[in-house]
Order: sequence, then C-alpha cells, then structure tokens
Amino acid sequence: MSLDTVAESPVSDVTSLNFEDTELTLRLPGRQVRSPTVTGAKCCSKRGFMDTVDRNHGCSSTSTYGNFVSDCHCAGQPPPAKAQVVGWPPVRSSRQKAVTARSCKYVKVAVDGAPYLRKVNLEEYVGYQELLEALEKLFTSFTKNRNYMEMDLVKGMDYVPTYEDKDRDWMLVGDVPWAMFIESCKRIRLMKSSEAAILDPKTSAKSSKTNSWQESMHVQNDRSWC
Amino acid sequence: MDSEWKRFRDSPNSEELTRRSSFPDEVLERVLSLLNSHKDRSSVSLVCKDWYNAERWSRTHVFIGNCYSVSPEIVARRFPNIRSVTLKGKPRFSDFNLVPENWGADIHAWLVVFVVKYPFLEELRLKRMVISDESLEFLSVSFPNFKSLSLLSCDGFSTNGLAAIATHCKNLTELDIQENGIDDRGGSWLSCFPESFTSLEVLNFANLASDVNFDVLERLVSRCKSLRVLKVNQSISLEQLQRLLAHAPQLTELGTGSFSQQLTSHQDEELKTAFSNCKNIHTLSGLWDVKAIYLPTLYPACANLTFLNLSYAALQGGELAKLLVHCPQLRRLWVLDTVEDKGLEAVGLNCPLLEELRVFPIDPYGEEIAHEVTEAGFIAVSNGCRRLHYVLYFCRQMTNAAVETVVRNCPNFTHFRLCIMIPGRPDYTTNEPMDEAFGAVVKTCTKLQRLSVSGLLTDLTFEYIGKYAKNLETLSVAFAGSSDWGMQCVLEGCPKLRKLEIRDCPFGNKALLSGLEKYESMRSLWMSACNLTLNGCRALAREMPRLNVEVMKEDGSDESHADKVYVYRTVAGPRRDAPPSVLTL
Repeated sequence: MSLDTVAESPVSDVTSLNFEDTELTLRLPGRQVRSPTVTGAKCCSKRGFMDTVDRNHGCSSTSTYGNFVSDCHCAGQPPPAKAQVVGWPPVRSSRQKAVTARSCKYVKVAVDGAPYLRKVNLEEYVGYQELLEALEKLFTSFTKNRNYMEMDLVKGMDYVPTYEDKDRDWMLVGDVPWAMFIESCKRIRLMKSSEAAILDPKTSAKSSKTNSWQESMHVQNDRSWC
Repeated sequence: MDSEWKRFRDSPNSEELTRRSSFPDEVLERVLSLLNSHKDRSSVSLVCKDWYNAERWSRTHVFIGNCYSVSPEIVARRFPNIRSVTLKGKPRFSDFNLVPENWGADIHAWLVVFVVKYPFLEELRLKRMVISDESLEFLSVSFPNFKSLSLLSCDGFSTNGLAAIATHCKNLTELDIQENGIDDRGGSWLSCFPESFTSLEVLNFANLASDVNFDVLERLVSRCKSLRVLKVNQSISLEQLQRLLAHAPQLTELGTGSFSQQLTSHQDEELKTAFSNCKNIHTLSGLWDVKAIYLPTLYPACANLTFLNLSYAALQGGELAKLLVHCPQLRRLWVLDTVEDKGLEAVGLNCPLLEELRVFPIDPYGEEIAHEVTEAGFIAVSNGCRRLHYVLYFCRQMTNAAVETVVRNCPNFTHFRLCIMIPGRPDYTTNEPMDEAFGAVVKTCTKLQRLSVSGLLTDLTFEYIGKYAKNLETLSVAFAGSSDWGMQCVLEGCPKLRKLEIRDCPFGNKALLSGLEKYESMRSLWMSACNLTLNGCRALAREMPRLNVEVMKEDGSDESHADKVYVYRTVAGPRRDAPPSVLTL
C-alpha cells in the first residue's frame, strides 16, 4: 500500500506557543535562548528538539549542572516568552488548580548579582523578622565569600529588601502590616543599597527611573513571572 | 465411587454422560459467585457454554474499561443480574486537556438502559465520563436501591446534581466525588440530606471548593454511625475537624480540611485528644495549607497509618521527616516535591515497609529550580525502601546511573512512572540519552505492568522495552523515539500490552500499521502530535473492521495530517455520538 510521505510536521495546536519556545537545549529551564538558525514557527519542530540537543552538545562542553548557566548563554538572544506545552507535564488540572491556589503565596526572591532565583512561601512565616532571617539563610551560600548580606532594615546596609506589590509598585519590605504584605507581595528583590535610593513607592512603573533599575535587575521577560 | 465412574465411562447413554460430566447449574453458579476478579470471570466464561452461562448469571459487578468497546444493550443481554457497574470513558490524556471538550463518554445512554434492565442497580463508579445534572437527578429517582456513587475525573455536572443525589437516594452509603471538573455552585447540596438519613459510610468532597454548612455536616456525621471514610474540603477548619472527629472516632480514612488555623493551647490539646481516640485510621489526606507546627496533633493517629497522602500539603523535608517517625506502618506515601531530596532521605530512613511513592511537582511550569527532588532523592528512597513496587516521580533532572541503582535496589517494580519534566532532557551528567535507564528498568523488573518514560530517548529504549517487558500492560510515551522502528519494537515485542498512549513522537503510518493484529488484543491506542496521516489511519480502519479508528482534527493543521488518533477495539461498531471534530474512519 502506498503511504503518504510524511508531511512536514505542522505546529501543534497549543495555546500561546511558538514552537521554538519549546526547543530543547541543555540548560536551565526558563533560560531559553533562541538559536539564530531557527527561522519560523513552521519548522519541523517535532524533530527540532533532537537537532537542538545535538547542536548544543558543543555549546555545553562541561556537562555538570553548575556550569549550565555560563555555558549556555550561547547566542546572547533576549529570552523568549515563557513556553508551555499543552498537557505537559502530565499533572491533572484539578490537582494543579488546588496546589496552585496554595502556591500563590510562593514568591520569587531575586538578589542583585545572584545567577538564580529562589522561592519562599510567605505563609510559612509569622512576621518580617522570620522572613528576613530565612532570606539570609537562603542566600548565605552565594554571599558567603562576598560578604554582601546585611539584613538590618533600619541601618540600611549593603542590601535592601524590596517587593513588588499588586499594583506593580516597588515597595520597601516592612512598610505595611505583615498580613497585608502577604496579601499584596508578588515578588521580592534584595536590592543593592546604592540603587535603593532611586526607589520611590509613589512612582508608577512607567517612570524612567523605575524602568532603568528594572533593567538592571536582569529580570527575565515579565511574562515569565507568575 | 470407582465402579460408578467405570459404569458411566462404559455407558452408551449420552444423557447420563452429560448429567454426570458437569456440576448442576446451581452449584456452579454458587461457586462462581465467589469469584470477584473480572479477569478470572472472563477466563471462566471461556471454558465452555455451561460455564459461560453460569458465569453470566452469577455476575453482579461488571467492569467496562472503555465505554465505547461495548453497548449497554449488549452488556444487559449478557449479564442479567448486575448490581454494580464500573465504567471508564475518555482516553487518559483527557486529564491533560488533550481531548476535545465534547468528545463523548456521556453516561446517559447507559442509565436509560439500566433503568429498564437493572432497576435494582446499587453502585455506579465512573472515571473520565461525562455526567450531567439531569443524569444525576435521573439516577437518584430511578433506582430505589441505589447505594454508592463514585466519580473520578468526570465532568459535566454541578453541585446541583449532588443535591439531587443527597435528596433522593434514601439508601446511599457512598458519595465519593474526586478530582472532577465540577461546576461548584456552593455547598448547599450537603444540606439536602434529610435529617432521617443515617446510612452514609463514605463521604468524600475534598476537591470541592465551596464552603458547606458546618452544622449540617456535624449533624450528618454524628448520626451516621457507620461512617468510616470522611474526606472534607478546605473550608473545614482545625477546630471544626476536632468536633467531627469527636463524633466519629471509628473513621478508617480521614481527609482533613485546612490545617493552618491559629489554635489556643486548649484547642491544640483537644485536637490531639480527638486524634488519639481515632484508633482505626489507616488513610490520611487533605492537610491543605498545612502549618508544620500543628502536625504533632496528628501523631497519635499515625500508629496504624498505611497510606499518607500529602500531595496537597507543601511540607519541607525536615517537617516530613519529623512526621514520618510516627508512621512506622506506612505502605503508600504521596508527597509534593517541596520536601526535596532531604525529605526523601527521611522516607528511606523511616519507611521500610513502603510499597508506593508518588512525588508531585508543586510548580510544574516553573522556570527556575527552587523546590524539587533529584536523582539523589530517588536513590535514597530505594536504599531504604526495598519493597517499593510503585513509583510516580516528577523531577527535572535524572541520570542513567541513578535509575540503574534504584531498580537494583528495588527489582520488584510493577509500576514505574518517571516524568522528567523537561521534554527531551538527557542524562544531565553525561549528556547521553536516558535509554540505559529504562533498559535497566525493563531488564531488572520482570513483573513490570506499567511504564511511563521521559527524557531524551532514542529507538533503543523501545528495543529494550519490546525485548524485555514481557508483562507490560500500559506504556506512556512523550517526546521520545527516533523513528517508526521504536514503536514497531513495542508492538511486536510486548505480548500483554493493553494500553499504549503516545504524544509528540516521530512515529508515522508505518509504525501504526505494523500493529494491525495487535490492536485487537489491546484496549486502546492513543497517538497525538506524531507523524500520522489520514490515509494511514484509513488504511488501518479498512484492514481492521472491529477497531474504531477516530481522528481528531485541530484547527489550522495540515489537511492530511492526523493530529490526534484514538484506536480501540469494540463490539459495538462505530459510535454515533461523536462530535463533528472527531472523524470515525
């Protein structure tokens, strides 16, 4: 019997998905770098991931985990939108809904200069003191040798804890009552004191000042934040 | 006796021959009525016509793994005395939104037949079926003996349907509503149980979001003296839980509500006392929002715990460790990956009797690695839990060596489901494909029935599976394989294969058609985002008339491309309730 030649694999119908975004490479998830050879969404992306892996064998010469970050910023492209394949990973939506509702209290914590983020569950802490102690512990291994961390809010030493609230304004941690803070905090950034001086909670996100230090945060594309 | 047998053997009288060569029907039916396993019953029915008949008259429970493999009329014709029906509908990938909305699997056509043929139906257990409020109401008023309703992963109904069940089913013993796509319109359904109603033994509404009236619940629990399973939802606080437990110390399975209320020390003591009075609890779940400081109240109830479901409780490793010390009898454990490798080390140390472990991801779509388990945790569990035979493990990194170690420690796996969440991820230490990992699994675990593979895999994995996995019944594959050859190996090699589900793999028509004879011995085949074309599917449908070959098209895809294909054996012919997006070839 005659079989059709395999048609060029079309893009799967997945919502909000450019196939190159699911291009698979040997790097930390989320830090997806667009390879210059990928042309458009209609490439044979179903086989694309095999090619990509081969391509990046050269990219990541050392294959140990810790080296991923430095090795794989190959092409220096801006990070693409957060990619999501329909139905993957295979977690039931009802389970995901129930757990996500709880994990909304998980907020990402960025420290200026740190290569990766951490997540903390604000629900675990009963107040600011506990939270700041936990943050200090989290980043101790990174900062140990560089002696960056000073968590004293009042004295405002090397690092200042700030957070982004529901209105997308950047605030100083500690201004509002704890319960209100948990409600409104979307993410935390431990900011270098020198830059904290720019921070004006009344300024909208559109101000040029706010924009400049947002860039300096090396923050990924906003869509990547939950 | 000997002379009698001799006489019968030599006798020319054929009637006498027949009479003496088989048991009287009543005896046979009596004996067969003790058989519960539907697989055993299927075997029995194949022996001879007498046995077939005796079996069909004595069967009271029927299990239908694919609702479209048979029609309700055919079932009713064969089995006249059914009291309990279990039905499964949609392909499993519908749990992950891969099956179109209105695909089918509606229970109503079955209920309409049952009301005539099985008016004394007592039990209905549905998985991945569609059931409307109208159907629930119809069910509640049409079957006066109805006792037990279990809905898992179903959709199409709202809490109004539950209200109808509560209102009309006077003899209800079980209401088990799990993980469904339910339209939650409030908790008033619970108030529909009449005050005179006392027969409830199982109540599970853990996955419903809305508040229920606590007074109503408390009165219900206190008057249903036979209640043994109670799984409440998050709206129930710790204080309320204590009151429920005080009414029902006989519980064997408990699903708590929210576990994070601020308790006074007195309340804390009361809760501890309530738990210590529950001497029969063997299954514990819920623990939504858990605050670790309240976990010690649970300890008194953990002595006989065999199943602990913490998959909705975001615990840290240290907190889990402290809890596990109190659960020496644990056989089954479900956790979130917030426990990290540290928590899994504690599992290995504290749970020597563990048989099943499931580790779910708290943040499957997350980008950075904050909370997770790795190959180290996997190894740690296998070191301490040598009886492990069921694992479901979500992670972002794995190595071939780790999996080889795990199966060397635990060679008795029957269910091995490893999900490396990044599609196509190789062994992160060697950059090699994960072929050898799954090769080790199938070579070592000869009893393997269910396998889910992931990570970067070439055809070699499937060669291994085809060659070694002789007891494999269910295989799930995603983002794997290099060519048609891979799938062919599986189809040609696994004699007991029943369910094969494949997504995003480079398998095409040649692979599909290599399984022609195979599919009739299987329940079903699912292939989506592979390289199948309509013509290939048509060829399959043409060659195998006793298979239904259904193709689901997606908008905007290539004309000839078969985006999603579902193939299953059936004696009921092509189904007539398929929506326009589903083509039956």
